[in-house]
Amino acid sequence: MANVIAVLEQRDGTLKRVSHEALTAARTLADAMGGEVHALVIGPSGVSGDGLGDYGADKVFVAADDALALYQPDLYAATAADVVQGGDYGVVILAATAMGKDLAPRVAARLGCTLAADVTAIQYDGGVVVTRPVYAGKAVYTLKLTGVPSVVSLRPNAVTPEQNAKAGAVEATSAAGGAARATTAEVKQPDRAALDVAEASVVVSGGRGLKEAEHFKLIEDLAAAVGGAVGASRAVVDAGWRSHAEQVGQTGKTVSPSLYFAVGISGAIQHLAGIRTAKVIVAINKDPDAPIFKVADYGIVGDLFEIVPRLTEEIKKIKEG
Amino acid sequence: MKIAVCVKRVPDSEARIKIGADKTSIDESGVKFVLNTYDEYAVEEALKLKEAAGSGEVVIVSVGSEAAKETIRTALAMGADRGVLLEADAVGLDPLPVARALAAELKDGGYDLILFGKLASDDYSHAVGVMVAELLELPCASAATKLEIADGKGIAEREIEGGVEVVEFALPAVVTADKGLNEPRYPALRGIMMAKKKPLEVKDAALDAGGVEIVLLTLPAERKKGRIVGEGADAVPALVDALRNEAKVL
Repeated sequence: MANVIAVLEQRDGTLKRVSHEALTAARTLADAMGGEVHALVIGPSGVSGDGLGDYGADKVFVAADDALALYQPDLYAATAADVVQGGDYGVVILAATAMGKDLAPRVAARLGCTLAADVTAIQYDGGVVVTRPVYAGKAVYTLKLTGVPSVVSLRPNAVTPEQNAKAGAVEATSAAGGAARATTAEVKQPDRAALDVAEASVVVSGGRGLKEAEHFKLIEDLAAAVGGAVGASRAVVDAGWRSHAEQVGQTGKTVSPSLYFAVGISGAIQHLAGIRTAKVIVAINKDPDAPIFKVADYGIVGDLFEIVPRLTEEIKKIKEG
Repeated sequence: MKIAVCVKRVPDSEARIKIGADKTSIDESGVKFVLNTYDEYAVEEALKLKEAAGSGEVVIVSVGSEAAKETIRTALAMGADRGVLLEADAVGLDPLPVARALAAELKDGGYDLILFGKLASDDYSHAVGVMVAELLELPCASAATKLEIADGKGIAEREIEGGVEVVEFALPAVVTADKGLNEPRYPALRGIMMAKKKPLEVKDAALDAGGVEIVLLTLPAERKKGRIVGEGADAVPALVDALRNEAKVL
């Protein structure tokens, strides 16, 4: 019961960074449990499981079928459940992305087992122990998972992918047949260049202090300079300046980037809850008493319309330099 | 159209969270409890669909303590027809037992659509709705920001990283609601008065134990105290230097 399997995520046949994070977490856990790490890649024909040995996979199952090019919830869940049932697994790890948040409970329900969602840490201490922020990050549970197997979804950016060379032997496996109850017909507005706030390692968020939707150009420019994603406070999403997909905080996304810029954001409790696990927070705000400065590692007090363009320029110099 | 909406009683998002004496739960004293925000979108969507269909029934179902009756009444005040409380003293952190209790209640209800909020703002599991669909072997679209129902079929849109998935399914189905789906109505005084007279049935939830043991609940670690590097644009070089050489994130 000591093996760990990571169910990986690809887009357009290319594995996402969160897949390497899941594998790294699986490797650490399996080493503590004295087991192997297996990976499962589900995707279109031609999707490859090569190179996953570099991130600690002992064995890689690949279910490649053109019917699986897009995330098809029922077929993905059935395929994953089949592979898990065919092996000897203590833990199933997925990334807590849009796909993982949908797939993890499906797999857990099919296996009739425990789910711990959106965990920020997973370890073995006589049992599988996970850390889970709850109440929008205002409290943190330490939980022991007693189910075998247990399904765990891992918050993006919570684990840094590490190389750890193992065999990574690839084995083809068949995609589960049967009719899909729901079908993903298409992905609209695909913007492959755009980074998602929940997955990006740098996030630049703007708030009310920008005064007008058009001024978000400043945020976009800074995000482009640092190679990060654009985020937004609830106030500006509710005002219709930005889409909900960019909202950071309690009714938006919880983020754990290595660097977070809060620009013109005062720091309502709902927003602070969503950024608590960011590694470094930078605040730029004209109000020195704004709550955001209480959680920020570095702050500049002043006019963002002067500060942000200068910051973008300085960062561009470094990146070019 | 017969629609079930599953809801949960949760602490208000503005509530300050304190840890209880047992160190495994929150101190509920002084905490205001409300209908989970995402469930409000689900209730609103159900009411809109019933109104569009011209007839039907919207049934509110909740697993929780007796206090969850008040949460069900909130949804009834918005316009739902009746409520069912699956009563349980304690609801654990494993979503599967909750999903099983709901699935057992909903199974033979003859519902065309079963709606949920995409997650509950207390446990953040994002799981129960999807699990109920799996247990009932129904199609499911989770975290929907758009939903169209016509001729026994549904089309839902869900936001994913860098795009929007379009999911098609036939009814009966399960859909979980994300922010953006609609603007929930506020209960009017008349609705609140009428809600008091609407039927609310109480049953035993009979939850099984699940596979999650709570070791500890803590407040998040305090962030290291930061510093103001300066004022105005002139402070930018100092900030960049700190990010590069001190924090090493640039």
